[in-house]
Amino acid sequence: MYRIIKRNQIADNIYEFWINAPHVTKTGRAGQFVVIRIDEHGERIPLTISATKGEDVRIVFMAVGKTTQQLAALEEGESIRDIAGPLGTPSEVKKWGRCAVIGGGVGIACLPILARELKAAGNEVTGIIGARNEGLLLLEDELREACDELVICTDDGSKGHHGYPADILKEMVADKALDAVWIIGPAIMMKITSFATLDTDVRTFVSLNPIMVDGTGMCGSCRVTIGGETKFACVDGPEFDAHQVDWDELMNRQRTYTGQEKESLEHYHEHKCECGEHQ
Amino acid sequence: MNRRLPEERLQDFKEVATGLPEQTAVLEALRCMGCPRPLCVDGCPVSIDIPGFINAIADEDFRTAARIIKQDNMLPAICGRVCPQEAQCQGTCILGKKDKPVRIGALERFVADWERENGVEPPQTAPATGKRVAVVGSGPAGITAASECLRAGHQVTIFESLHEAGGVLTYGIPAFRMPKDIVRFEIEQVLALGAELHLNHIVGRSVPVDELLAYDAVFIGTGAGLPYFMSIEGENFSGVYSANEFLTRVNLMHADRFPEFDTPVIRGSRVAVIGGGNVAMDSARVARRLGAQVYLIYRRREEDLPARQEEVENAIQEGVEFVCCANPTRILGGPEVQGIECTRMDMCECDESGRPVPRPCTGEGSTFTLDVDVVIEAIGQGPNPLLAGLIPGLKRGRRGNIEVDEDGRTSIPHVFAGGDIATGAATVIWAMGSAKKAAAAINQMLADTDSE
Repeated sequence: MYRIIKRNQIADNIYEFWINAPHVTKTGRAGQFVVIRIDEHGERIPLTISATKGEDVRIVFMAVGKTTQQLAALEEGESIRDIAGPLGTPSEVKKWGRCAVIGGGVGIACLPILARELKAAGNEVTGIIGARNEGLLLLEDELREACDELVICTDDGSKGHHGYPADILKEMVADKALDAVWIIGPAIMMKITSFATLDTDVRTFVSLNPIMVDGTGMCGSCRVTIGGETKFACVDGPEFDAHQVDWDELMNRQRTYTGQEKESLEHYHEHKCECGEHQ
Repeated sequence: MNRRLPEERLQDFKEVATGLPEQTAVLEALRCMGCPRPLCVDGCPVSIDIPGFINAIADEDFRTAARIIKQDNMLPAICGRVCPQEAQCQGTCILGKKDKPVRIGALERFVADWERENGVEPPQTAPATGKRVAVVGSGPAGITAASECLRAGHQVTIFESLHEAGGVLTYGIPAFRMPKDIVRFEIEQVLALGAELHLNHIVGRSVPVDELLAYDAVFIGTGAGLPYFMSIEGENFSGVYSANEFLTRVNLMHADRFPEFDTPVIRGSRVAVIGGGNVAMDSARVARRLGAQVYLIYRRREEDLPARQEEVENAIQEGVEFVCCANPTRILGGPEVQGIECTRMDMCECDESGRPVPRPCTGEGSTFTLDVDVVIEAIGQGPNPLLAGLIPGLKRGRRGNIEVDEDGRTSIPHVFAGGDIATGAATVIWAMGSAKKAAAAINQMLADTDSE
């Protein structure tokens, strides 16, 4: 069992959990993830390592599905059954020169650890974060501290630039002010944002989020096509060259269990009503 | 071994083979000739004193029978169920030459089941040596190595990357062939000898390599966890599974009980399983239990199927349709699976191993299509690459397996390996046999360093 040390709601329906997991924090680095399972009946879900402090690891999630809603209902001091990690290959952190780290929605949560590591490696780091509206932005203060500069975007203009991180990225590319960029968010956002660096020298990384089961290279559920070759996101990734990704295939595979996910959530809410424990 | 009726067993995941009643076991044991030079023991990868334990059954002294088996094998309930006895101990039984061999596997299972119901007697362990042994992986190899090192008095720490111990016994082999409470029970027996088990620990990541190598000895039994795919068109459509994924979803995550358990699986109305080994049979039989019509596509003839005969029979009884001499060339549909296109295969002259080589037919009628909505590829697994690649100086073979000598020694002096990670995909009992040898070498090495 792994104890929840701290729990905060940090944006609309978005939560940060600090979980005690010394085996994860010992070597966990930017770009890597953990797989958690809440209880005996739970599924295994991958979540990117957002930060580590001592023996605690931070995960951030939006409570949209059955598992994330159940997780959000847990309190500080309670425990989850399993957390395995760190999994995946760490981000390619080295001295690139000028870097940008871009987060969309909950993907913003992946940036602090990455920005800090890039800074420590001697890079100049610009953070660009985007969300549908102000209420969905997260970790602004932390990122302002971790990055040299932070640009905020909202789709509806409720805060910062009225538009998308892609707009800012395009300007940076046009100014030739960039050597490497990380884009982390929903698949469609990563796909569209990465167009900005197509046919440039800017190394463009994305962190793919396919469906996983074990997360250790054993099942192949997370297979993605990169430059025409099948790769396992859990061990070969999750970060890949954005311009080599078969995005449509990724998004199709992400939708494999849409029906079951709905069913699972309905079953969860029905059960909640019956047992009366979680209201 | 008696089996439950097919129509009944398709309704659940309970064990198919029912085991021998006591009377029958004793009568079967009495058939053993007690050969002075028993060939059955030569056929056993872990060298159990087979005539010895059978003789004890004949005397109705089941406690002694259990004690004899446990000297060489801490997992008898597992081996009694999944060993290919027909190719091992029973295959060499002298009675088999004229009549049927003694049903050694069924007797082993009988003894293990008897002991489980009547109280387990833990084996003796040597006094503590203070030496530390790390075991990576808690599958058949890891558990066997751990038990041997524990009995020699060493302090053993087992690391498992999943949330449950057992490796392929837990995630791979379905409950109707290997009930999970029995797997847990036998593993618990080994842990009770004093091992420390760390779940959710990925060695090389959660446990850094230098920390691992700081142990006095290391045993790597990480298995053949990397699924192979055919590399045909349409392979990444939704509804195409590796057998590993399909079986893990059901066996480890209990997707058959979705939504009570959170993990889903596409049940499919018509399922194609590709392959002819035990894993293919397991996948096909699980798919039948999930309610699908199942085709098993195999590129050679039915008589060439590499799966155990018993499992092929079970699959046929349970209504799996065999499509032999056929090779899948393309998965149709997108983004969901709608069908699978196959080419008929001709059997040509035999290769070096004596098996006929399948060649694709040409011309009219040489291809056909099956309407299916799920495809499960069970064409084999490679060694799990995660850890072996992270240890500097660890020599690996062409396929990524860890190179070992006869006693499981790797290119690093205090690092040993056994099971599928060393031998390539094989059986539970071969993994245990190689792990037992490696553990003997570890125990020898640690004893030698002590006397120096």
